[in-house]
Amino acid sequence: MTDVVATNETILVVGGGISGMTAALEAAETGKQVVLLEKNPALGGRTSQLYRYFPKMCHPTCGLEINLRRLKANPRVRVLTQAEVTGISGSAGDYTATVKLTPRYVNENCTACGACADAVKTEVDNPFNYNLGKMKAAYIPSAMAYPQRYVLHPSIIGTPDAEAAKAACKYGAIELEQKEETIEIKAGAVVWATGWQPYDAAKIQPYGYGRYRNVITSVEFERLADPHGPTGGRILRPSDGKEAKNIAFIQCAGSRDENHLRHCSRICCMASLKQTHYVREQHPEDGKSTIYYIDIRAIDRFEDFYQKVQADPSVTFVKSKVARISEDGNGNPVCWGVNTEGYKRYSNPHDLVVLAVGMEPSVKGVAIPANVVFDSSGFIEADPANGAVFGAGCASNALDVNRAVQSATAAALRAIQVVNKVARAEA
Amino acid sequence: MSANQEMAVRYKNNFLKEVEQQVEMGEWVKMCMQCGVCSGSCPTNFHPGWEHPPQEIFMMIRAGKREEVLTSPSMWMCTSCYNCIVRCPRKLPITHIMHGLAEYAYELGLAPKVQPTRNLSKLFWSNATKTGRINELTFSLGMYFKDAEGKINIGQGIKKGLEMQKVALGLLKAKRLNPFEIFGGHKCKDQKGIHAMLAKAYALESKRKGRHVG
Repeated sequence: MTDVVATNETILVVGGGISGMTAALEAAETGKQVVLLEKNPALGGRTSQLYRYFPKMCHPTCGLEINLRRLKANPRVRVLTQAEVTGISGSAGDYTATVKLTPRYVNENCTACGACADAVKTEVDNPFNYNLGKMKAAYIPSAMAYPQRYVLHPSIIGTPDAEAAKAACKYGAIELEQKEETIEIKAGAVVWATGWQPYDAAKIQPYGYGRYRNVITSVEFERLADPHGPTGGRILRPSDGKEAKNIAFIQCAGSRDENHLRHCSRICCMASLKQTHYVREQHPEDGKSTIYYIDIRAIDRFEDFYQKVQADPSVTFVKSKVARISEDGNGNPVCWGVNTEGYKRYSNPHDLVVLAVGMEPSVKGVAIPANVVFDSSGFIEADPANGAVFGAGCASNALDVNRAVQSATAAALRAIQVVNKVARAEA
Repeated sequence: MSANQEMAVRYKNNFLKEVEQQVEMGEWVKMCMQCGVCSGSCPTNFHPGWEHPPQEIFMMIRAGKREEVLTSPSMWMCTSCYNCIVRCPRKLPITHIMHGLAEYAYELGLAPKVQPTRNLSKLFWSNATKTGRINELTFSLGMYFKDAEGKINIGQGIKKGLEMQKVALGLLKAKRLNPFEIFGGHKCKDQKGIHAMLAKAYALESKRKGRHVG
């Protein structure tokens, strides 16, 4: 059994992305005991899947590394990966969470040498690359995964591949007999930081995502631009591997739409503006970006970033939400619509179309095992009825990394106040 | 004072308000965020008669371009395919607004005189409301023998009738067309009641919108 020491003065943080890590660290650094749960085998969440951040265009490696160092230095945070909360009972100051732990089949002896991956033949979809590429069924989730330990994909357990991996390991790190287990964790307060998921672009029928291979989403585009991604950082279009130089970005793909997501996802305008940099950097001579937009929402200080992109001659702005996409004989997606500036019709072929998909809260429509209030978009609302379950980051609103960190710090502070009260009552 | 002048005076410089109160579903116009999906989704794409796409019409309403909007043939070009309603991110009932605008323009006497949709609608309405049943024979004859301006044109009627001869014979054979319909045809039992009901509905509608019963 996995041993976790927790009392009703412990803060339970659900979700190990940038928000959950921040909330856990902020609370732990004030002296509180924290248990941090992550569903995936590594921390970092969607932030770690970005190529770069806006507005400073730095790599997530940097921001995450600082947090990982804080985490390693702090004995008060207990991190559990491959852990999912299945139930929460009790009330503010006295919760008990039921947590399901799925096996990694690799123990702490792992040195991340990679011998198991060499031995294994089976390949599986790579979720870190949004399934754009394959990986070995013995894998390390990403280059900067924390913990730096390999994982065996459950599909090979019981096959000769698993035995081969075990035989290849010189450190006795592979434990094929690991079983799923369920544990209970006491907590005084819970920070719910389960983040977001990209809106399912296939639901936007006229855009043909899923039907046209050269229509991709903005999160997939991040992986194409990343040197650790499936194409080694070259922006190649999925249909024929041709270099994509003339790229369209479609804003509000799913957001601000009563038929899809009601809310403005806030990050997509900046994400597309940022991604035009990737195009220009790869093709300084003949790279072309076209942004189709309703209105650009580069909030507050991001206005400078927007103005710089506007001044870039390789970027064209078309004030129009694309009505539909078709495909021409060469596999080029063609955007159809009417330009609001002059009401002229257009049908423009591009090498690649990137849908700036909206942020859907991961908690939307999911029966999360806590009694919390949601807003009309499915985000967790701050409400007294929630007791001491606090939404943080993108579970509470559509936020960029910077604002998610602010939100997580606020949630940590609320959680700290609850456990302080418990401590005073018990003293 | 004509109905048009009266409305122009009543809603002086506030065409948006006029549309909101007088046009069916007109209260939705202000919800448009000018994304352009309706225009881009319209199957009349690149048709020269579709001068102003819906998105532009909504903006013109807000800009107070009363004369230009109400005399425009654009909303009469709507084919009622409902693509725009399905795709509108704000769920505006665009098709219904187009029909509402056309109806209002007609009511004020501003609708373009030479407009096939207008003539067809008028013919259909008078045909259907006369007996309470649509008379397909007189309706199609009406279509053949009336020109774009709604005037009788014998030569055109005979020419079109001959063009459609084969179809007509086919319909006769299949018993889908009854030549005796020319003598009045099938009708509702209570025609007077139908006329009274329509007159009452018209009076109620006019009262609700503050219009004079013409």
